[in-house]
Amino acid sequence: MDRRLLLQLGLAGLGTTALPTRLWAAAPDTPRLLVVFLRGAYDAANLLVPTSSPFYYEARPNIAIAKGAALPLDAAWSLSSAVADSIHPLWLKGQAAFVPFAGSNDVSRSHFETQDHIELGQPDDLPGGSRDFRSGFMNRLAGVLGAGSRLEAMAFTDQVPLILRGNLPVANQALRDLGRPGISASQAQVIAGMYANTRLHSVVSGGFEVREEVSRTMMGEGAGEMEAASRGAIATKGFALEARRIARLMRERVTLGFIDVGGWDTHVGQGGATGQLANRLGELGKGLALFADEMGPQWRNTVVVVVSEFGRTFRENGNRGTDHGHGSAYWVLGGGVKGGRVAGEQVEVKAATLHQMRDWPVLNEYRALLGGLFRRMYGLNDAQLATVFPGASARDVGLV
Amino acid sequence: MRNLATSAALTLCLLGCATAPPPAATAHGPAQDTLWLDRLTWGTTSADLAALRTRGRAAWLDAQLQPRNPAPLPEAAQAQIQALSITQQELLPLVQRMEAQRKAADALTDDAAKATAQKDYQQALTKLAREAAARQLLNALYSPNQIQEQLTWFWFNHFNVHQFKSNLRVVVGDYEQGLRERSLGRFRDLLGYTARHPAMLRYLDNEQNAANRINENYARELLELHTLGVGGGYSQRDVQELARVLTGLGVNLTDNKPKLKPVQEPQYRRQGLMEFNPARHDFGDKQLLGISVKGAGYEELDQVLDLLARHPSTARFVSRKLAQYFVADEPPPALVERMAERWRQSDGRIADVLRALVGSPEFEASLGRKFKDPTHYVVSAVRLAYADKVVLNTGPMIGWLYRLGQAPYNRQTPDGYPLDENAWAGPGQMTTRFEIARAVGSGSAGLFKVEGEPKDRPAFPQIAHPLYYEGIAPRLTAATQQALGQATSPQEWNTYLLASPDFMHR
Repeated sequence: MDRRLLLQLGLAGLGTTALPTRLWAAAPDTPRLLVVFLRGAYDAANLLVPTSSPFYYEARPNIAIAKGAALPLDAAWSLSSAVADSIHPLWLKGQAAFVPFAGSNDVSRSHFETQDHIELGQPDDLPGGSRDFRSGFMNRLAGVLGAGSRLEAMAFTDQVPLILRGNLPVANQALRDLGRPGISASQAQVIAGMYANTRLHSVVSGGFEVREEVSRTMMGEGAGEMEAASRGAIATKGFALEARRIARLMRERVTLGFIDVGGWDTHVGQGGATGQLANRLGELGKGLALFADEMGPQWRNTVVVVVSEFGRTFRENGNRGTDHGHGSAYWVLGGGVKGGRVAGEQVEVKAATLHQMRDWPVLNEYRALLGGLFRRMYGLNDAQLATVFPGASARDVGLV
Repeated sequence: MRNLATSAALTLCLLGCATAPPPAATAHGPAQDTLWLDRLTWGTTSADLAALRTRGRAAWLDAQLQPRNPAPLPEAAQAQIQALSITQQELLPLVQRMEAQRKAADALTDDAAKATAQKDYQQALTKLAREAAARQLLNALYSPNQIQEQLTWFWFNHFNVHQFKSNLRVVVGDYEQGLRERSLGRFRDLLGYTARHPAMLRYLDNEQNAANRINENYARELLELHTLGVGGGYSQRDVQELARVLTGLGVNLTDNKPKLKPVQEPQYRRQGLMEFNPARHDFGDKQLLGISVKGAGYEELDQVLDLLARHPSTARFVSRKLAQYFVADEPPPALVERMAERWRQSDGRIADVLRALVGSPEFEASLGRKFKDPTHYVVSAVRLAYADKVVLNTGPMIGWLYRLGQAPYNRQTPDGYPLDENAWAGPGQMTTRFEIARAVGSGSAGLFKVEGEPKDRPAFPQIAHPLYYEGIAPRLTAATQQALGQATSPQEWNTYLLASPDFMHR
């Protein structure tokens, strides 16, 4: 991978800058954005299935999803039945759209390098290598939106990911295992007291406040019910539980959120309508449907974007799996999304249209695509968009 | 609470402090000596402080800079290391056994069986890397060669490789062991060692680097990260020329030799898992940093490494990095210059360079001001709690390091983990550290859980020991003392001390 790219990120650590001293309750009509990053490159062609393409069935003799086993979306595309009872209902309500042939122009086919490129949101080829490696595009978006507003950005991950690093201090907390913190509130106060006159004062008190806020939101009104339900059959574990917790925070306060989900690098035995990948998609879909549900009335102000670093080879490999490819398919979900359609530039899926004779091409470059989406969501002007995605020309494909 | 701590200290003193301490052989007070040791060790212990007070700083440092190897570890620690499969098996058969397992898994035709076998293989690899991490942590905790152990970590980080690339989990332990043995010697030897180790050759793709199919990855990092440093006076052209020098230098995990033309046979080299394949080498002449390198095969490597190791930029770049690790995030330029001078005088002998560092007024003035990175934090907490009672399970420590983002061998990029405070002092990091403080301070924390036994063997951290009263308490800030005074139990008292700003620094 390109290390010089990451070398300079040492400078981009969270640093000792102060967190906002308190978290605001989000205004009711503030748009919410959740970015879900599928790390490992999911096989888009077995989620958004080109069932009208004979070439698809030729290229995937063992892992193709039969037309009858998928849910038709339009003349060209069908949806994997793995998300039949989660994402398909949103589609039918017009709250889910898919953008095939989406991704970055990076062709390294390296997970890490391409993830970094996407998270940085920088132009692919700036002359003289003058790329800015110190901030991710969501941090810049937060900066653009944050001026004078009560916006709260948060990563629901163990470390602050590249996409959210930058000038604006951003909180992070994984919501996977929300064991009661070992440090009690009164102990926290004593510990914070030790730091009162040190340069780490605001970092320590900020950290405790985020922790406090998370646990208050989780334990607050109605949360007991949710946690109780989680112990039942529906959302007992994994991403589903996490997604509901995220929804609670995003309903109440966090307006810009990020989560990543792993386990998509299906080189071997990925399965078709059922199997490894279908199970993973099913779990993801279930979590996102629960997220939508838990957002309640705020769902109409919410947009969820599901991205992945690249797609996979269109032909199956010798192990009934797929290898690193290029174009992917992004998901856009939300109560106010103009869904029920497959959006963006498209091309007929056949051997002749493959990128380097092996992968989906990228026709919807992610910076142009997301720039267009953000312009609509937040009413950003050109200067603001140029801050979020320098050098990109936003293209509105009418997702909201 | 004071009385609780006092009684714990008293209990220890009844056992160990019956005789009056010998007169101190050092000009400094015990608190200042503790700070000095906190910087030069993975966290001061009572035994360290006693040894230093008896022998004096100069003698202590002499011994550290000429360590006895292998280090005599406490029996309970040595036994754990002895039981590891990476200790019991030579590298070559171990690698080949793992290769056989990988190939057998790949050859399966049934998808389910194949997936299971591949998962087993991956888990076996991961277990080997965890063994190496356990050995590293046991050494950091209990080796008397504390400067050597810090340098071992430093050099691994300087010549970083990532455990999850390919099968590197098999070789990271061996790679680290070689760095340990060379950590205080000449830089040139460290450089030559890493340039021939399969971990590096594979990690930075030099095994793919061949004449007319150049892969610049290792060449670039060799200049930019290992020797001259960014701005050290090399060009893209130098990178390309160095890559040509490095062609043919690769890895061979088998006992087989590649097919070669008779004329190439004498040029072939094999050393452990490293292989120099003349059929892949670019035998043309090269121009590197203004020097002509005659196309000569394998010999070019040493000629070029000599050039890089003796380059003035290398002396400055690596000295500065050592000072960043041992002195301050922004080391004083004058100190770096003196270290670089000593480097040139000693032909890059690290023990000499460190002597210049430790003896400097800048070093003394910086004590207690360097923010601990996660590894220093975790190891020093466990050393403070269990210096006299060897932990039986380093698993919880590895887990804490993962949570804090600095797990052993887990930095993906060749630049190694950052050494400055900004990278580590975020809000999530601090709250996690406090949780770890509580885990260590409140009980055995899984550190005494032996595999196959249902529960931890009983253990409780003894923190309020003589070291605390002599070395730590006198320099605690008023705010920390006040917090300790509010503790309602020994557990809470331990937690507050380990969570204090005083303990976050070394």
